[in-house]
Parts: sequence; structure tokens; C-alpha cells
Amino acid sequence: MSSSAATSSTGSIAVSVWRGDARHGNFQLFQVPQQPSQTILDVVTWIQRHADPGLSYRFACRVGMCGSCAMMVNGIPRWTCRTHVNKVLRDNRLTIEPLRNMPIIKDLACDMSEFFDKWKQARGQFEGSSTRDQQVAALSPGLPRRRIADAATECINCGICYAACDVVSWNRDYLGPAALNRAWSLQNDERDCAGEQRLRAVAGDAGCHQCHAQQGCATYCPNELNPTASIAGLKRMVSQAWFNKGLACHPGKKCGLGKRHA
Amino acid sequence: MKAHRKQPLYLAFLLHRVSGLALALFLPFHFYVLALSLQGNQKLDSFLHWSQLPLVKFAETGLVFLLAIHLLGGLRLLALENLPWSNAQKNYAAIAVASAFFVALGFLLRAF
Ligand code: SF4
Ligand code: SF4
Ligand code: FES
Repeated sequence: MSSSAATSSTGSIAVSVWRGDARHGNFQLFQVPQQPSQTILDVVTWIQRHADPGLSYRFACRVGMCGSCAMMVNGIPRWTCRTHVNKVLRDNRLTIEPLRNMPIIKDLACDMSEFFDKWKQARGQFEGSSTRDQQVAALSPGLPRRRIADAATECINCGICYAACDVVSWNRDYLGPAALNRAWSLQNDERDCAGEQRLRAVAGDAGCHQCHAQQGCATYCPNELNPTASIAGLKRMVSQAWFNKGLACHPGKKCGLGKRHA
Repeated sequence: MKAHRKQPLYLAFLLHRVSGLALALFLPFHFYVLALSLQGNQKLDSFLHWSQLPLVKFAETGLVFLLAIHLLGGLRLLALENLPWSNAQKNYAAIAVASAFFVALGFLLRAF
């Protein structure tokens, strides 16, 4: 934002910004000129350009595609590039903190490695059986399973649901809403062939059965996905697998249902 | 309450958890009263006499509310996890609270 834009401001906002790292820190107050159509990311950028160049934060696309700009705004996780100030301003004040449930690197930038590691633990990768020489499988958009997969597929990995989830804060191993939502999407992909292993990965102690269905994830997901519905789907899938044949087990290892088999 | 928790289904979760804990705390007392009946009529009767006090009746009404809300909330969760997904979870939670309230009110009206 240029300083000429700053001169067209309509007043100023008192913005408390979290400064510090994983060990210590506190809030620092900035007065930021208010602009028409200003987003929270604009506010943070203004502070870095005009008040304190040392402020660390993360963004890339600025149009709600990349999922890198999420922060806690007045205690609620939000994508800051698409959150307008006038929607969230209370008494002309804003509080901006790094995302909850993730270690802070510095100021507003948090470490998302654990969040992405959990995607891998939930087997969030597509595993197909055909090679590049074979024809791409044709899946009609109207197929019931394709529609279920589609409903869960528009995730931008922003971590907002993960920050909103209290079960993540109570149980650090919990895979979390985004990873489980991804797993559900793949479980409904006709071309994927790792369904059984994935079901075992999400049925363990840190998996879908931990979810209390509070729907914080669905309430705040900026893309209006519903991880709670996906997790409920996984729960049903695990029960069905258990009733039908039990989950496949490997000797000596705990299976998806938490049992150790000889 | 933290800002991100201020949404209806978190409150539904909280109500389910708190009612469950309160019922669990009440259980030993419930068993104690049952045990009184094994010790003879007189002991049980003297207790039942005490339970006619208005304050106790109000407390019982609270207990009926807790039981009803925990039962209905539990049914909502069972449906959520075992039936095809429905987007009307907030409505179901509201219906559960309203029904529990009316059950408790019915109990209170009959108690006096
Ligand atoms: S519904 Fe489940 S995954 Fe979503 S926030 Fe609540 S506990 Fe977490
Ligand atoms: S499910 Fe929604 S809130 Fe969670 S990471 Fe994906 S886009 Fe973000
Ligand atoms: S900067 Fe890419 S989603 Fe906000």
C-alpha cells in the first residue's frame, strides 16, 4: 500500500499485533490509517511498510488461492487477504495473532510443518494404479462418489480449521480436520487404490474417532467446506469395514481399530 | 469464552459434556438412595419425606433436564455419526434443548 493511499484514510484503527517467537512475546499497539475496502492483510502490510519493517508474516497470492495468510483476527482464525476490516472491526480495534495450535516462528508467521505432516500420516496423497501411458480415467461429474469427493476437494491448506479445532489443542497427535477431510475426498475417488491402508491410517487413536463434531472447522473454513461431515463419513466407513470384514491387519502391529494381532 | 468457541454447536458440545459429568456425579447419590431401600422402610421413607421439600423438587427438575438433554444430544450425535450427513445440526441441537426444557417443565408441573 502506498503512502498516498494512506492519506485518503477515513480515520485510524488501533491494531494489537502479536510480536515474539515460540518462547516469549507480547502485543504491540499500532495506529493504522483506515482505508475503503481494506483487508486485514492490507493492515498488516501497512504496519510492515510504514511502522515496523521487522514484522514477520506470510502471504503469497492475496486473492484467497494459496492459503498462506491465515491468522487469528479478534480471536477467530481467518484468511486475512479476503477478510475486510469493516466486517470484523469492533470499537475501532483489531487484535491480530498467529494461527492457534501451531508453533510460532516469529510474530505472525507460524510453523505449519506438523499440519502438513499430518496430511501425510492420513495418507493424503492420491495413489493410482494406472501409468502415464494409459488413458486418463473418465469420471462423470454426476457419479455419486465423485460428487462426494468434489464437495471436499476445494481445500487451500490454510490451516484455519486446524486452528479452530479444540481437539487439536487437547490432543497434539490428532490428525485434524483438514487432513481427515482430504482422506475422505480420496476415499471417494474411484481411481485411488489405497483405500484400505488410508482407512487404517485414519481409524487409529489420533484419527477420525477423536472428533467431537463441534463444527468449529466447518464454521470458519473460508471455502465453506465441512470437515465435520467428511469425518463423520470416515467414521461410517470404518464401522462398515469393521462390520463387513474387519480392517486388514498386519501381524504384531496395531490395526486401524487399535487392536494388536498375532 | 474464547471467541472461536462462540458458535452454537460448541455450546451443544459443552452442554453434552457438562450434563454427562453432572449425571456421573449424581450417580453415587442415586445408588445411595437405592441402597437405603435395602435397609428397611423407615430409612427410605424418611428420605422420601425430605425429597418433598420444594428446593429438592427444583433440584430434581434440573436433574430431569440434564438427563433429557444428555439423552437427546446423544441421539443427535449417534445420528450424525451413523446416518447420512445432514446440514441441519444446529436445528437438531436447538430441538434437543427445547424438548429437554419442556420435559423438565412437565416434570416440575407434575411435582407440585
Ligand atoms: S468438528 Fe471435529 S475436526 Fe472439526 S473442529 Fe470440531 S473436533 Fe475438530
Ligand atoms: S478445510 Fe477449509 S479451513 Fe481447513 S485447510 Fe482446507 S480450506 Fe482451510
Ligand atoms: S494470500 Fe493467498 S490465500 Fe491469502
